Amino acid sequence: MKKKDKKRLYRIVLSAILLAVAVVVDHVGILSGVLEFSGFTPLILALYLIPYVIIGGGVLKEALQGIIHGQVFDENFLMGIATIGAFCTGEYAEGVFVMLFYSVGELFEHIAVGKSRNSIKALLSLQSDEATVIRNGESFTVDCDCVEVGERILVRPGEKIPLDAKICEGESTVDTSALTGESLPREVSVGDEIHSGCINLGGVIYADVTKRYEESTVSKILSLVEDSAQNKSKSESFITKFARFYTPAVVIAAALLAILPPLFIGIGDSSVWKEWVYRALTFLVISCPCALVISVPLSYFSGIGSASSRGILIKGSAYLDTLAHCDTIVFDKTGTLTEGRFRIDEVHLASNIDPKELLRLAALAEQFSNHPISRSIVEAAGEIDSSTPTTVEEIFGHGVKASVDGDILLVGNDKLIKKFGIIPLANTDHSTVVHVAKNGLYLGYIFISDKEKSGAREALASLRRAGIEKTVMLTGDRAAAGNQIGKQLGIDEIYTELLPDGKVSAIEKIIASQKNEKKVAYVGDGINDAPVITRADVGIAMGALGSDAAIEAADIVLMDDELSKITDTITLARRTRRIVIQNIVFALGVKAAVLVLGACGLVGLNAAVFADVGVAVIAILNSMRNLKK
Amino acid sequence: MKKTFTLDEVDCANCAARMERKINEIEGVISASVSFMTQKLTIEASENDFDRILKEAQKVVSKIDSDCRIIAK
Repeated sequence: MKKKDKKRLYRIVLSAILLAVAVVVDHVGILSGVLEFSGFTPLILALYLIPYVIIGGGVLKEALQGIIHGQVFDENFLMGIATIGAFCTGEYAEGVFVMLFYSVGELFEHIAVGKSRNSIKALLSLQSDEATVIRNGESFTVDCDCVEVGERILVRPGEKIPLDAKICEGESTVDTSALTGESLPREVSVGDEIHSGCINLGGVIYADVTKRYEESTVSKILSLVEDSAQNKSKSESFITKFARFYTPAVVIAAALLAILPPLFIGIGDSSVWKEWVYRALTFLVISCPCALVISVPLSYFSGIGSASSRGILIKGSAYLDTLAHCDTIVFDKTGTLTEGRFRIDEVHLASNIDPKELLRLAALAEQFSNHPISRSIVEAAGEIDSSTPTTVEEIFGHGVKASVDGDILLVGNDKLIKKFGIIPLANTDHSTVVHVAKNGLYLGYIFISDKEKSGAREALASLRRAGIEKTVMLTGDRAAAGNQIGKQLGIDEIYTELLPDGKVSAIEKIIASQKNEKKVAYVGDGINDAPVITRADVGIAMGALGSDAAIEAADIVLMDDELSKITDTITLARRTRRIVIQNIVFALGVKAAVLVLGACGLVGLNAAVFADVGVAVIAILNSMRNLKK
Repeated sequence: MKKTFTLDEVDCANCAARMERKINEIEGVISASVSFMTQKLTIEASENDFDRILKEAQKVVSKIDSDCRIIAK
């Protein structure tokens, strides 16, 4: 507890005791009839005024400052008027009690907000402030922001990696869980990138810094979560707008309630005036909008905080809301639903040639290409003699034409082979095929496939259970390959052979065909499909650790590539939405009920103060449920 | 240009909302947002105006909550 809060607590306890004393004296006095003399009333009043000033002094002071600054509907002012009014109508005990309860509520609010602020900070305790840097062969401990790119740092076992760097000496395992939520440590060795915020578990590593502190992974993530408050959801803006009109409206209602009825019922009767003024005071107490205004952002923020502890970064409550309204999820295929690593299934031969020779030729032709399929062929071929004289002409979307050692090689898809007048011999219905021809002679083909990601089926099934009605897959791959994977996984709609801009128009078509204002989420790697991510209602990037482009483009970022986290995020989004609605309905409901009952004179100030701070506290506690995993 | 500041001691959520609205009304502010939870104030405005806007923002903030200070990061 902070010092300020402790002071408040002491004040509450002290005034509570004094209030109790005053009440006892008051009642005993009434019972014995001793204090019935009018001469004793000021003494009783003074007895109540002491705890009132102790507990309400601060509120009154702030109310005064508020008036000076022209802040009329400030909550301190409202509480001040309400309690002073209570004193004026002779309800001394109630006046003190309302102020006391109000302060208890305020204190509780403070503690709760402070607590959730802290727990979110703790979730994000990724940053280390110091780094051990090697300069001229000696090690120094310096502030992270003093380390330049290219300098060498030393990370001992157990230490947090302070900056993004590339290992130049040593090997180790690192715990990336703070960033990704993934509990399995990752093995790293010379040449590997290590990310700030991870913990070095194994041995001593030396690494060269690749990014300045401000640009490091950790700084990016932290500022992203902190800035998330800028993308406010509709409910958040609604509630602050609502509060703007709610308070003046209730205050005006209170004024009317105090004046109008007595004018008609009994203009000269002081007890009638007293009754209606008292009823109006209940209105003033209820007119504070804080319960609502505090609980809504708190619910969202708790949700965003708890998500980031699992390696799910959400760039604002607006996206959490939209995700809660999604019923369709569109996936990219390669790298999202599949592992993104191709392997060779089969090599079919059309002529009398050794399969290894076929692979070798294909690898020679493909050796300069960066396409995942080419890389897998080169990998499968093993060592190739790269000194073989080779010139390669890449034919976009088809494959390559290469001249190797004087021979003309064609390596690529159906279209390439047919373009050169060769008739491929292949039943190419089920997967990706790479044909190989040499000097116009068809040699054979290689079947290549990408494995579905482990857990993909379960993840898709759990999405369905979480209420997602339609899943869609987009891929640039051939229809045969795409359909095969899509059907295996149980995807509802499959779009294949799409070029990058084709993916954008596909998602536009899907969004346009949505009914009932349901939203569409897109899941991809965020690197090749940034335009699609931006176009979707909610763009989710997976496996984003270390990829600034992906973090930049997406609305929601999954640091690792675990598909099940999408379900987690949707469940969280829906839970947050539920909590927000519960809070709004509950707070408004109680307030409305007490307003009506108060106007009828059925409940008094005590109920009103409960409707104000009691409801705030309950709403806050409800929001904090969202902090849990 | 966008800058983020820490708002020390923002005590009530409604005050934060009011600060946001008032700061948005300052001349030259393109957009401003106050986050009660993270205690952050973000102002977007042109570079030349920033000092003046910041001073006015501090005035607005003090009016709503006298304990509250805008602190540059």
